[in-house]
Parts: sequence; C-alpha cells; structure tokens
Amino acid sequence: MKRRDFLAAGALSAVSLACRRKPEFPFPGEIIGPDLPLGHWLRGGTFPEPEHFEPVSALVIGGGAAGLSAAWRLAGGGLDDFRVLELEREPGGTSRSDRNHVSAFPWAAHYLPVPDRGNHAVLRLLDECGVLHGFDAKGDPVFAEEATVRAPEERIFAFGQWWEGLYLRAGASPEDERQYHAFFREVDQWAAFRDAKGRPAFSIPRSRCSDAPEAVALDGLSFAAWLDARGFSSPRLRWLLDYACRDDYGSRLDTTSAWAGLFYFAARKQGPGEDSRPLLTWPEGNGFLINHLRRACGDRLRCGVMATAIHEAKDGLMVTAWDAVNQVRVGWKAQRVIFAGPQHVAKHVVEGLAAARPAAARIRNAPWMVANLTLRARPKEPTFPLAWDNVLRDSEALGYVAATHQSLQDYGPTVWTWYRPFAGPDCDLERTRLRSLDWPTCARMVMDDLRVAHPDLEGLVARLDVMRWGHAMVRPAPGLLWDPAFRALADPFGRIHFAHTELSGLALFEEAQDHGLRAAEEVLAASGRRGQSWR
Amino acid sequence: MGEPGPEAPPSTLKAPLLFISVLLIASCGLIYELVAGTLSSYLLGDSVTQFSTVIGVYLSAMGLGSYLSKFLQRGLARRFVDLELAVALVGGFSAPILFQAFAHTHAFRVVLYGVVMAVGTLVGLEIPILMRILKDQVRFKDLIAGVLTLDYVGALFASLLFPLLFMPKLGLVRTSLLFGLLNAAVGLWSTYLLVSQLGPTRLIRLRCLAIMALLAVGLVFAGRFTLVLEEEVFADEIVYAKDSAYQRIVLTRGRGSFQLFLNGNLQFSSADEYRYHEALVHPAFALRPEARRVLICGGGDGLAVREVLKHPSVQEIVLVDLDPAMTDMARQQPMVRQLNGASLDDPRVKVVNADAMVWLQETTGPPFDIALVDFPDPNTYALGKLYTSRFYRLLQRRLADDAMVAVQSTSPLMARESFWCIAATMEAAGLKVHPYHLAVPSFGVWGFALASKRDFGIPTHVLPGLRHLSDEATAAMFAFPRDMDRVPTEVNRLDNQVLVHLYAREWRRWS
Repeated sequence: MKRRDFLAAGALSAVSLACRRKPEFPFPGEIIGPDLPLGHWLRGGTFPEPEHFEPVSALVIGGGAAGLSAAWRLAGGGLDDFRVLELEREPGGTSRSDRNHVSAFPWAAHYLPVPDRGNHAVLRLLDECGVLHGFDAKGDPVFAEEATVRAPEERIFAFGQWWEGLYLRAGASPEDERQYHAFFREVDQWAAFRDAKGRPAFSIPRSRCSDAPEAVALDGLSFAAWLDARGFSSPRLRWLLDYACRDDYGSRLDTTSAWAGLFYFAARKQGPGEDSRPLLTWPEGNGFLINHLRRACGDRLRCGVMATAIHEAKDGLMVTAWDAVNQVRVGWKAQRVIFAGPQHVAKHVVEGLAAARPAAARIRNAPWMVANLTLRARPKEPTFPLAWDNVLRDSEALGYVAATHQSLQDYGPTVWTWYRPFAGPDCDLERTRLRSLDWPTCARMVMDDLRVAHPDLEGLVARLDVMRWGHAMVRPAPGLLWDPAFRALADPFGRIHFAHTELSGLALFEEAQDHGLRAAEEVLAASGRRGQSWR
Repeated sequence: MGEPGPEAPPSTLKAPLLFISVLLIASCGLIYELVAGTLSSYLLGDSVTQFSTVIGVYLSAMGLGSYLSKFLQRGLARRFVDLELAVALVGGFSAPILFQAFAHTHAFRVVLYGVVMAVGTLVGLEIPILMRILKDQVRFKDLIAGVLTLDYVGALFASLLFPLLFMPKLGLVRTSLLFGLLNAAVGLWSTYLLVSQLGPTRLIRLRCLAIMALLAVGLVFAGRFTLVLEEEVFADEIVYAKDSAYQRIVLTRGRGSFQLFLNGNLQFSSADEYRYHEALVHPAFALRPEARRVLICGGGDGLAVREVLKHPSVQEIVLVDLDPAMTDMARQQPMVRQLNGASLDDPRVKVVNADAMVWLQETTGPPFDIALVDFPDPNTYALGKLYTSRFYRLLQRRLADDAMVAVQSTSPLMARESFWCIAATMEAAGLKVHPYHLAVPSFGVWGFALASKRDFGIPTHVLPGLRHLSDEATAAMFAFPRDMDRVPTEVNRLDNQVLVHLYAREWRRWS
C-alpha cells in the first residue's frame, strides 16, 4: 500500500510539474492592491517623530467617499486650510476605478439609486457633476438620461440560458408568484410607514430613518428568521433576497439583520406600490463621483501617505505619518482631525480609542474579490442579450457588470467587472482564505464561474486583473445597527471626528457621504463657521 | 455475373445505351455553363458581359479538352469513367465553390474563370473519348450523326429545363449539385456498359459511389445550412451573402429586382426603393434647399446619398454607418453600385464606419444643415438606443439652428404605436415634428418624421424631376388617415427602451 501511495504521489507531482510548465490561461493579469503591506505595517511598526509638523486647521485621514465628502464640505464651508491623507496610491476606497484602452471601469462600488428630493447632499453633488437636470412639476429631481442605467438593466443565467431581469420568472410556480407579490406588499407597507415626526422607517441615508420601536425591532432578528416567521419559503424569492444581502452587505440571509434586509428594498421605493428607484451609473462606476470630489479637493489630497499616530497636544493634534511616495516621515499639527478610515485602523492610530470604545470590536467587514476582465471581443449571445448587470443564479459570485454598457458601445472590446463576496459566517476566516489566493487561483475561480454561461470566453480575454478587498463592506449583523454603543462610534473623540460608511453599518456611498458631511459640519461648527447644513 | 475476357469486344447492343450517355453528359455540360453564366451575372451584374465571357471561356476550354483528347492513348473506357467523376466533382460543386469564393475571397473572377476553364476542358474531353470508344461498334457516318444529334438535343433539354424547372425549383447550388450527381451516375452506369474494357471494376464502382455520396451530402447540407435554406426564407435566389462583425448581409435577386436583407430583415427592394429614398431625403431639402452639409446616419447602401447628390448646393456629406462590410459592398457590388450610382465614391462623401450614437457622443465638428436618420427598425436594444431621446439630443448638438432632420420611423399602419413613439420621443428631446408616410410596396405603408429645432410648416415644393414625389404627393404624405393617426405613447429613453418592446409586440401580430 505504502509503495503504491508513494508511486501515486510521484505520478501526481510529475503531472502537476508538467502542468506548471505552461501557464493555465492564455492571457496575462495581476493582483492589484489594495496595498496590504503598507496597511498592515501599521499594526506592529514604531515610528520616530517627524522633525516638522505642518500646521493645518483640519486634517482628513482617509481619501475614500467619506473623507473626500468631508473635504468637499470643508471647502464648501470656507475652511480651505486642510489636507486629505490617503494610504493608497489612488483615492476612492471602495469607489475606486481605473481606465484602460477599452473603457473606464470600477474596482468596486458602481451605482447609486436615484436620490429622492429630500436627499439634499446627493442632489447637490449630482448637480455639480452635471447629472441633475432639474425638477419636474411634482418637485421630483430629473436626471440625465445617459447617467440612468440603460436598458436592459439585468439578466440572469439559469437553466442554460439568459433571462431578462433578476427574479427568475421562468418555471415559477403560482406559490412562488404569490410569495413574491406578498413580500413586496410587505415592503410597500414599510415604504409607506411614517412615525410621529413624519420620518420614514427606511430612507437613504439612514440618518433620516425613524427610530420608532416597531421599525427598530426588525434589527433584533435575522432576515432569514423574519422570512421564516412570515412563511416566505419560496426558493426563488429567498434566492433573490439572499442575492440582495450578498450584493449589498457581503452577508447571507441568516447573518443579515431583518432591518437591513428590508432597508435594501424599502429605502429604494419611490413610494408605496411604485417601482424601485432607477439607478445612476457610469462606465467607471462610483469612480465618477470620486473623480469629481477629487478635483474639488485639488492638491490638498496626498496619496500614499499613512497616518500612524495621533497625539493630543496643548494647542492641537499632533499627527505623524509615513509618506510612502517620498519615503519620509511627515507630521501635521491639526486643530481638528476627521478620521475617515475604518475603526480597525482607527484603534491603531488614535491613542486610547480602543479602550474607550469597545463596541468597535463588534464591527465585521466582509472580504471581496473583484476581477476586471478586458475582452478583445464579445462572446456569442444566442439568448437574452448582454445587460448592464449579468447574474449567474447558480454561483457564489454575483456575476459581472459590463463597463461599456453605459457608454453605449454594443460591439467590439469591453471590460467586465466580476464580483464575489466572501460571505461565509466568519469574516476573519474568509479574509485569510482570500489573502491566500494567488493570481492563477483567482483567475481560475473567475473563469470557472463564467465558463458556464460563456463557454467561448477564454479565447476572448485579453487581460484579467484582480483586486482582493480584505475589508470591502461592513456587515449589518442582527443587533448591530441600532445598538446605542455602536451608533456612538460616530461621536467625536476629543477633537477627532469620525466619518466612514461603516458607522452606518451599511456600505453605501450615500452613508459615507452623510458621515463625511456630518463630521465636516462638526469641524466647521467648532471653528465658528456655522451655516446651513448640506445634509 | 458473366466475365467476358478482356479482349472480347463489347456487344453492339450497348451502343444505343452509350448514346444515351451522350445525351446526359451534353445536358450536364450545358448546365454547368449556364450555372456559371447566371451566377456571375448575378454576382457581378452586367449579364451580357458575364454570359459572353463565360460562354467564350467555356467553349474555348472545350476546344482545349478536345485537343488534349488525342494524348490519351490506352484504357479509354477507364479514362471515360474517371472523366465523368472529375466533371461530377468540379461541375457539381461549381456553384457552392463560386458562392463561397465571392463571399470570402477577393479573387472571385480568378476562381470563376478557373472553374469554367476546368469544367470546359473536362467536358471537351468527354465526346471525343466516347466517340473513340464507339468507333469500332458503329459506322463512322452513323457515329458522327448520332453523337452530334444527341449532343445538340441534350443541350436543348438543358437550356429549356434550366430556366423553367431547375432554377425556380432548386436554385443554382442544388441544380449544379444535382447535375454533378447525374454525371457521376453516368460514370457508374458506364462501368456496366463498358465492363468488358475495364478489367476489375469493384474499386472503380466504389469510387463512383463515394463521389455520388459526397454530392448527395452536398445536396442535403445545401438545404440544411448554407445559402439554399436562406433562399427558401428569402423566396429568391441569393446572390451575395456575408457575415460581417455586426450582421448578416444578404442580397437576393428575383422577379425583376433585387433586395438587401440585414439579419433577415428587408432593407430595400430595387423595384421601389426610389419611393422610400425620395421620401427620406427630399422633404427635408424642400425646406432647406440651400443645405450644404448633410449628415446621414445609417444608410450604408448609398441610396440616400444618391438622392442627396441631386441637390447642387450640397458640399459635404458625412455618412456614418456601423458596418464597413456594408459600405464596401455598396461601393463594390455591381448591382448595388449601379443602383446607388456609385454615390459613395463621390468626392463630397465622407464615409465613417462607427456606431452613429457613439460617434455623435464622442466627436465634434461644424453643424449640419440636414440630418437623415436611416437605421434598421428597432428590433434589438442595440438598435433601439438609436431611437431614444438621448440620441435625438446628441443629434441636435451637431445641427445648425435651422437644420432639418428626417427619421425613418417604421410603419404607421403595422406598428402604429412604435411609429408615434418615435415622434413623441423626438418631441421629448425638444424637436418640432411633422410625421409623414407613403406606400412602398415591398414594405407596405412606411413612415418618417420630419423635424427641426424650430417650428416649421410642411413642405410644398420638392425638387422637380423625381420619380415619385411631386408637390401634390409631398403634401399628401403629411395627412394621416384615421387608422394610422396619432396614439399616445411613452417616450423611448435609454433607461426604459420601451420602443424595442412595443415594436416586437406590434410586428408579432403580422408574422
């Protein structure tokens, strides 16, 4: 037996050696950041004091959607004397994007539901970007046609072919249909809910949501438990809702709070009984918004700079940082700091924060893998044609978005952005797993997933690049979102203010922006610049 | 089976049967000539030249074959059977080879005359060799009289049956394959008639059967998957077919006209396209007679350009068509080129091969005085986007303030909601719109929308000397009878593409 095992093992390794000689895929690619070594250096490193501390009124640490929104608000409020420090080489965080010879494309967040008339901050931003065209007779905003997701918006691959839409109607039983409609009636009821102060139960950003007990009670149970209690057992319906949880939260039905599960649907309703709000998108995804905010920020943005420590001094906050571009230690003396990074970084940078705020330890971030496939030509599409969002039903991944859809290019090369959340229950375990994947393994995962729907894809791929997001999105686990200790994480810590989408427990551009504006308005108020809120 | 010795002469009884072979091979030979002549005049146009040159090359090749026959000395019976099989292969597959050569190579004429030459030479060998086989059985004067009589009679059969029976019923490809099969059958039959001169026949017969099988497979698959199937779909002979990167382009010919199909949808018939293109082009010019810069979106067939060039004020025409295969065909395919008057080669015409909407979005330039929008009907999302409010807004950015726009907008009778949806969408994009319609027999009642950024009155005077449009006919196009009158519709936007759904629903009723 032993001898046979040995021989078998020998044969196997010979085979694997032979296989290794030739690359598995006929196309190149690489794993693109985020810059893990730089970030993780923070945990153990010690940093000597810099020689010079540049005085500024405000320092924003983090150049994602929250940090850039804070900067936008500071500049808009007349506080020009600030800097934004971004750890990565490019700003944007999970709204980052890039561009190649074929198209611009997103690296993560890629759309925004059309804001309602009460979402002043997003309307202001879209107006500046030239996307808001005015208001209709009813007072509702009107948006540029070219920024609204072009039809067909979604298709789903099941039973060996593509179908229009995300909910699979083909083969649905009458009971499936009944439950589908019953669920959306419940959503409508919640969309119609108003508390004593006239606030809705669900609205974007969540700071506009009611804290009425009957709404908040939804946060106490999982979405799965809520569905079970109402007899929603239809596999198709549960697939759709689970997909929504994976897509927006990186979690599953049983690890998502029912409040968050309903938020996804009810907050996007135009009104009870009406359709969901249309989506706004761009070839580069939310990178479009980031690029605008970045321009507004100008040369006050410093990329490749990692804040390493913040100390209270008598007349300000002493911030030390490592400038990875110039390989020098740098320092700022800031009147106020807006920490626009995640809490798991804040605890290493802000002295005494971890001990003062143990609730931060409850935050869990789902890891994600995102791949961008540059195709030199498009695969054959004998069934429902290529849509913006292309979802495979029987997959752990979420499918792909075609970057050229919104730029109207219906022929020739394209870029597909493929998304896969690591939605297992233990985020740390999932993160370790994600970090262990090398490029060939990632490429195999992507191709194995897509080959089912596109058998001819491999020969069309010109390049496949992968981003491994260790902390892509906060998970709205049951009981987190309305926990007072969690919500208090957004409160200032001395002269340090916090802004991050994580503080909402919902990873959305609007939440990041809302926290950025709140933190900036706190800073403006502290510096005597009180004015009309943009929120 | 009795085995006569190799030296034994064939029984004189078989001579009449061999004369029947003459009849058959004469028919086959003429059929190949007719197939090549017809095919080349379809594909290249100018049928007098094509028939003359094909006949000339064919007859001279037959002369060459007859001359070469003297170099064949021994084993004439065996040579004859081989010859029949060679003719069966080259002649039988001549039509599919020529169609493929036309669709996929740039050297069609080389292939054409090569095939005609080869078939002619082989056919030229047949009769002399057969006569030499028969010379010992039949007196010379009877031999000459019999062979030539049957040769000419066979030619008569072929020349009558080809246009009356084979072309209409089978089409070119299957006719040539069928006669190839007949040639191979003559070969097989000859192995029985000439058995005494052949020696062992098993291998020869196997070869005959193999070639017959090949031709039979060709016949079956011709119907299964190449042009002939489409001929059934299109009801007419296919004379040009090409799969470009964007679409399948097919030209058919029949009933005194020819037609262009894109992805199986009729784009024009040469019989009545003048009605369509006059209506597309001249009403806009009637209101901007001094137009200098003209934009044409779609219209890669060059027919709209032909009409535009009738206006001497025009200095520049920019034609934006997605498919270079389409504009190349409009320049090179003789029938189309003749129909469009070689319009795309006019020095005033600039052809841009691009998606018109992407082109409008990504380029800038001096404003146009007239824009003619001539896309295929909105039966896919990729076409539907070219009928959205966004498209008409992008278009307006490239127009002079007093520019006129004409948009082909499907049938107001058969797709009434679709037609009015296009008009409503143009209005939503800020254009003033006057829809109009006329009868184009191969399409039915067809509609257009005339539009401008400013208010305008309907045209009353058109260019004189047109084939269809007169001043009265022009004014009449703008009146809508009740069954085509305006119906309320949604606006076709990029984010709803309602027109694609409307259009599919309305046309489904008629198919």
